[in-house]
Amino acid sequence: MGAATGQTASLTAPRKMGRLNRFDNPWLNIKLVVGVIMVGSILLMGVIGPMLVDVDLAYVGRSPLNLPPVGFENMRGEGGDPTHPLGTDNSGRDMLSLIIIGAPNSLLVGFVAAGFGMLGGIILGFSSGFLGGMADDIIRLSADITITIPSLLVLIVIQSLIPVQSLLVMAVLLSLFAWPQPTRLIRAQVMSMRESGYVKMAQLSGVPTSSIMFREMMPNLLPYLAASFIGNTTGSILAAVGLEILGLGPQRLPTLGRTIQNAIDNSGILRDMWWWWGLPTVILIVIFIGLLLINLGLDEVANPRLRKATRQ
Amino acid sequence: MGGLTLNYIIRRVLIFLLTVWVSITIIFMVARLAPGDPISAMVAQASASMGVVENQDAIIEGWKEYFGLNDPIPIQYVKFLGNLLTFDFGPSLIAFPARVSDLIARALPWSIGLGLVTLPLIFFIGNLFGALLAWRRTPGPLKAFIPMTMIFTSLPSVLAGLVFIFVFAFRMKLFPISGPFGRGMQPSFTIEFISSLIHHGILPVASLVIVSFGFWTLGMRGMMVTTEGEDYMTLADAKGLPPFYVLYRYQVRNAILPQVTALAIALRTLVAGQILVEAIFSYRGIGTLIYTSIRNQDYNTIQGTSFVVILFTAVSVLIIDLIYPLIDPRISLEGN
Repeated sequence: MGAATGQTASLTAPRKMGRLNRFDNPWLNIKLVVGVIMVGSILLMGVIGPMLVDVDLAYVGRSPLNLPPVGFENMRGEGGDPTHPLGTDNSGRDMLSLIIIGAPNSLLVGFVAAGFGMLGGIILGFSSGFLGGMADDIIRLSADITITIPSLLVLIVIQSLIPVQSLLVMAVLLSLFAWPQPTRLIRAQVMSMRESGYVKMAQLSGVPTSSIMFREMMPNLLPYLAASFIGNTTGSILAAVGLEILGLGPQRLPTLGRTIQNAIDNSGILRDMWWWWGLPTVILIVIFIGLLLINLGLDEVANPRLRKATRQ
Repeated sequence: MGGLTLNYIIRRVLIFLLTVWVSITIIFMVARLAPGDPISAMVAQASASMGVVENQDAIIEGWKEYFGLNDPIPIQYVKFLGNLLTFDFGPSLIAFPARVSDLIARALPWSIGLGLVTLPLIFFIGNLFGALLAWRRTPGPLKAFIPMTMIFTSLPSVLAGLVFIFVFAFRMKLFPISGPFGRGMQPSFTIEFISSLIHHGILPVASLVIVSFGFWTLGMRGMMVTTEGEDYMTLADAKGLPPFYVLYRYQVRNAILPQVTALAIALRTLVAGQILVEAIFSYRGIGTLIYTSIRNQDYNTIQGTSFVVILFTAVSVLIIDLIYPLIDPRISLEGN
C-alpha cells in the first residue's frame, strides 16, 4: 500500500498534487455543488423569509389587488408599492410572501413523496434481492405494472373524487408511484453484490443478514440511491404541479402550482400580469434545474466513466 | 440466441393485462370509497347548474338502477369491468345526454395527431444532438451550443407552454394563444385550414419538444461514447471510409437501438406532459377534455378519459416491448 502511494507521488509533479486531490473527491463536482446551492437557497428562503417578511400576506384579501412589482406598471398604469415588492395577485395575495411559503411547500411535497418511495424501495428491493423466488417474482411484476401506468391519470381519478386537503396526503399519494425505480435499482445491485467477495466473506464470518444489508451493501448503494431519490423528487414535484394546474390538490395551501393555476384561471396572461404566473414559474425552473444538476452530479459519483468523458 | 422468446411475449402480455386490470380496479375502488355516492353528487351538480331538479329521488333511483348500484359489490365490480372494457362509460354530465365515449372519440384524433407530430421530432432532435455531442468531428461552436439547450430538460412542458404563450402569442403576437385552428373555421382539406392548423400547432409542439429531447440527447451521447471504443469503428477509420459514412452506418445505427426502449420509459411522462399542454392551449384533445371535466366535476368523463389514456399508454408500451427484440436481436431477454 505504502509503496503504491509512493509510486504515484513520484509520477505526478508535486505542484499539481493539490489540485488533483481536490478533484479526486467525486462528491465535490461542479454540477453537484451548483445544484445543491440552487435547491438549498430555495429551502433557505423558506427558513429565513418568514423572519423578514409578513407571510400572512400570502392569503386572500390581505393586500391591494393586481399590483405590479416595484419598477413596473400594470395595465391600469398603477406603479409598484414598496410594501409589496414583487406585486400582488387579483385576490390580494402578496407575491413575495406567496413564494416564500409556496416554494418550500412545493419542494417538500417532492422530498416527502420521494422519501416514502425510497423507504418502500429499500424494503422491497432488499427483500426481492435476498428472498428471491415467489417474493421476487411478485415484487418485480408489481414494479413493472406500476411503471407502465401513467401516474398522473390515476392521481386525477383519485383526487377528483376524494378531495385532498393536506400536502402530506398529496405526498403519500405521489409516493405510490415513486417506489418502483429504487426497488429495481436496489434489487439489481443486491443480486450482483451478493456474489461479490466481501459479502461472501461477511456471510462466512457469521455477520447477521441485516448488518450485511446495511453495513456492507448500503454504503456502496448510496450514490445510486441518492440519484434515484432526486429523480423521484423531480417526478413528484412535476406530478404535483400538474395536478395543481388542473385544479386538484389542496385548495387553500399556497404552493407554486396553485398560484400558477390561479393565474391561468383568472387570465393572468391576457391581463399582462406576468409576475403572477411568471415568478412561481421562475422559482420552479430554478428547482428543476437544480435537481437536474444534482442528478447529473450524482451520476458522475456513481459512474466514474462519465467523469473521464466530461474531462476530455 | 435471444430474440423474441415465448417466455418474453407471455410476460409482456401478462404485464399489459395486469396493468389494465389494476387500473380498472383502482378506478372502481376510488368511486366506491368516495364520500357520498357519485349519483347523488351528479344530481346535486345538475341541480346547482340548472336550478331545481324535479323528481330528484326518482332520478337518483333511476340512475342507481342504470349503473347497477343496487347490486352487491362483486356484481357491480364485474359490470364495471365489462363496461370499461367495452368503452361504455355512461353519459357525460356537462354535455348530457352525450355519451362519454363519443366525447373521447371526438377528442382522441387531435391528441394522437399532436403526439404523432411531437414524438418523431423529439426522437430526431434528441438523437441528432446526442450523436453530434459525442462525435469527434463536430465543430466546436456546435458542441458548445448543444449543452446550453439542455437547460430546458426536465422542466415541465406546461411551464414552457406558459412562457411561450406569453412571449410569442401574447406579447409578440406571432402565434395564436389557444385552440387547434382559427375561430369559425370548419375542418377541411383546404390550404387555408391546414396552414391555420399548423400555425396553431407550433407552440404546443414546441413546448413539448423543447423539454423532452434532452432525455434522448443524454442517452444517445452515452451510447455513442460506448460504440466509439468498438473495434469495428477503428477498422472503419483504418479503411479510410468517409467520416459521415462511419458516423451514420457504423456508430449511429448501433447506438440508436437501445434508444427505442427509452421510448417505453419516457412515454408516461410524455403523455402526462401532453395532457397539461393541451389543457393550457385549449387544444381540442384529451387534455382539454380532462381539464373541463375536472372543472365541472364530471366524474363519468374523468373516469372514462383516464381509462382510455391508461389503456393507450399500456398498449403503446406493449407494442414497443414486442418490437424491440425484433429490431435488436443482440439483446438476450432471458435475464430480463
